[in-house]
Amino acid sequence: MNTVEEIKTVSPTPAAVTELISGSQAVLEACIAEQVDTVFGYPGGAIMPIYDALYDYNDKLKHILVRHEQGATHAAQGYARASGKVGVVFATSGPGATNLVTGLADAMIDSTPMVAITGQVFAHLLGTDAFQETDIINITTPVTKWNYQVTDATEIPSVLAKAFYLAKSGRPGPVLIDITKNAQIQKFDYAGYTKCTHIRSYRPKPIVRKEFIAEAAKLINEAEKPFIIFGQGVILGKAEAEFKAFVEKSGIPAAWTILGLSALTTDHPLNVGMLGMHGNYGPNLLTNECDVLIAVGMRFDDRVTGRLDKYAKQAKVIHLDIDPSEIDKNVKATIGVWGDCKETLPLLSSLVEEKKHTEWLEKFRACDAEENKEVIFEELHPSTDQMTMGEVIRNMNEITGGNAIIVTDVGQHQMVACRYAKFNESKSNITSGGLGTMGFGLPAAIGAKFGAPQRTVIAIIGDGGIQMTIQELGTIMQAEINVKILILNNQFLGMVRQWQQLFNDKRYSFVDIASPDYVMVAKAYGIEGQKVTERQNLKQALQTMLDHNGSYLLEVMVSKENNVFPMVPQGCSVSEIRLK
Amino acid sequence: MHKQEFTITVYTENHIGLLVRIATIFSRRKINIESLNTSPSEAEGIHRFTIVIDETEEVVRKLARQIEKQVEVLKAYYNTNDEIIWQELALYKVPTDEIAEKVKVERLLREHGARAVVIRKDYTIFETSGHREETEKLVAVLAPYGLIEFVRSARVAIIKSSHGFHEKLKEFEETEPGEELIENEFLDKQQEVFTM
Repeated sequence: MNTVEEIKTVSPTPAAVTELISGSQAVLEACIAEQVDTVFGYPGGAIMPIYDALYDYNDKLKHILVRHEQGATHAAQGYARASGKVGVVFATSGPGATNLVTGLADAMIDSTPMVAITGQVFAHLLGTDAFQETDIINITTPVTKWNYQVTDATEIPSVLAKAFYLAKSGRPGPVLIDITKNAQIQKFDYAGYTKCTHIRSYRPKPIVRKEFIAEAAKLINEAEKPFIIFGQGVILGKAEAEFKAFVEKSGIPAAWTILGLSALTTDHPLNVGMLGMHGNYGPNLLTNECDVLIAVGMRFDDRVTGRLDKYAKQAKVIHLDIDPSEIDKNVKATIGVWGDCKETLPLLSSLVEEKKHTEWLEKFRACDAEENKEVIFEELHPSTDQMTMGEVIRNMNEITGGNAIIVTDVGQHQMVACRYAKFNESKSNITSGGLGTMGFGLPAAIGAKFGAPQRTVIAIIGDGGIQMTIQELGTIMQAEINVKILILNNQFLGMVRQWQQLFNDKRYSFVDIASPDYVMVAKAYGIEGQKVTERQNLKQALQTMLDHNGSYLLEVMVSKENNVFPMVPQGCSVSEIRLK
Repeated sequence: MHKQEFTITVYTENHIGLLVRIATIFSRRKINIESLNTSPSEAEGIHRFTIVIDETEEVVRKLARQIEKQVEVLKAYYNTNDEIIWQELALYKVPTDEIAEKVKVERLLREHGARAVVIRKDYTIFETSGHREETEKLVAVLAPYGLIEFVRSARVAIIKSSHGFHEKLKEFEETEPGEELIENEFLDKQQEVFTM
């Protein structure tokens, strides 16, 4: 004791170096410490102290002012999906916060890392129905991986460290931190930012159990007709190389879910295409013929499995997933391999024998030939006067060569784009898969451009979805970014119309949607554009769009009543897939 | 698979909002919670939820995994009634003059193991604990004698085969997970599993 006191008197320097900063500054310091370079947000009363602090951080932290808070969430998703980093959103209390709900739900179901920071009324006003007070913590509980309300600034560094850690670790997801205005203003002794690496009650990834890998490898080695289906887990786990090595060594045909798309290049000889309701013929049909089904980082969504009690019943199922609650959730696994596929795939690869399943692969090729004859050729090279969505995508592929980031909205154009777009690298397909959020495309494309500024970003959007978030053209204008907007206009809410045609006797109930003059709308925002109605102008128009220095809007008028095929009708087995 | 009573025991951090997180796991699937109790546990600072639902084992297993997935949940176990010892506490308020005057009531209370907690001039409060059928039986018996108020607590349960949470907590506190970790320790013996 004496010695300590002596030293203290000799040297007055305090033990820990602290400085007095506000809660708002602590929020921004946390963002910078987490290497966040871009924030998407919208100011308002309860988050004003953070925006005031942001004024001085302009050189370290880019803030993109969106036109609606939902747009901020989708932009953050696009940013996260294109860059692999955490997307960050700022919004105010009340309506600002409730406008985040759709994007949070989308990020939750599609496992997108996001941290949303909302302002909240002063702590002493909580529960008084104060102006713009809403219980955002309870509203967002089911759509966040974690959420927390801060009422004291001293909590901010550790809470934000926890938020970023939770958002990106394990199975990623959205985290919402609600900060009362008093905590944003409050000054406190700040001792620096320490990243969070461990939470007692949280296991980001289960420990890999080698015996299950060995059993899985044994099943794979004995299989005559093995089939790999993969999802976004491969991309989220940054395991594209490990996955490719596994596919190539085992020689097993591999099909993707729409969130898994681009994890394996589309021209890879073992990439046999898309799964699910509008997926390719072979992958669906042969799911019910394979003997071992190897699911990697996917969750057997009902759009992938169709009718569950007729799904791959003949097959032994190996399921690799980082989230233990996914194993056996929808499809019972013969062997569940818990763990990060970045770790499990190399272990599995080392145990599987090098094989070429030539005959089995031939079956996929035969299905391809049939699908090509019945569906694909006509979609990509239509004999009709009207243009098809597929033909637009084909022309786009010819120009981009598969090097662009393709962001889609939701509906027919989404299915067509995912079916036919070419991808040479991972993190290139950005779409709302699980939630199916119309209006996702445009703001997500803005975020994607910030996440991958060196790449070409093309947003493919229908005439329905564009009108849900069209105000984000203002964001593009103000941020002066280069996003290519390709509207496929069939003058209908096409996917619903397709269902009404096929299942409701063509009773077209409220699917006939009018459009504004998109080119004029774009022009009003200072964005160049044109509309194409004739096939002969299509290719040149696409070329013009891609060559243009800056954002560009291209509207293509396509056939009004084209349907997306193949299709697994709802309630049917994947092997009951229809080609027409 | 048939529905039966399952008791889910959840070890958690003591955080605001966790109750909602756990409750929505049931409510979003339209599953009714029969009984829910929160209490401290044998490990310091660790809370223990005891939740009773009537469901098939398959549903309960999935629910337990969803619960365990929550950031602030350390572990979720589920058990059938023969794997646990459980009690519920019940309080009964009856008019004192009925008790004092009618010998029959006194005998009934004795038979049901009721204890007097408070005796006042106007009313007396009795307490029993036991399984639901036991505490409910006394309600029926007391009704004719002017039962004024009745309330029953949630179920609290002890898992017969559990060795407590102290050792598990140590594993959870390790920054680097050890080799012998517990998450999927039961994966290869699903038949004898009392946890997920």
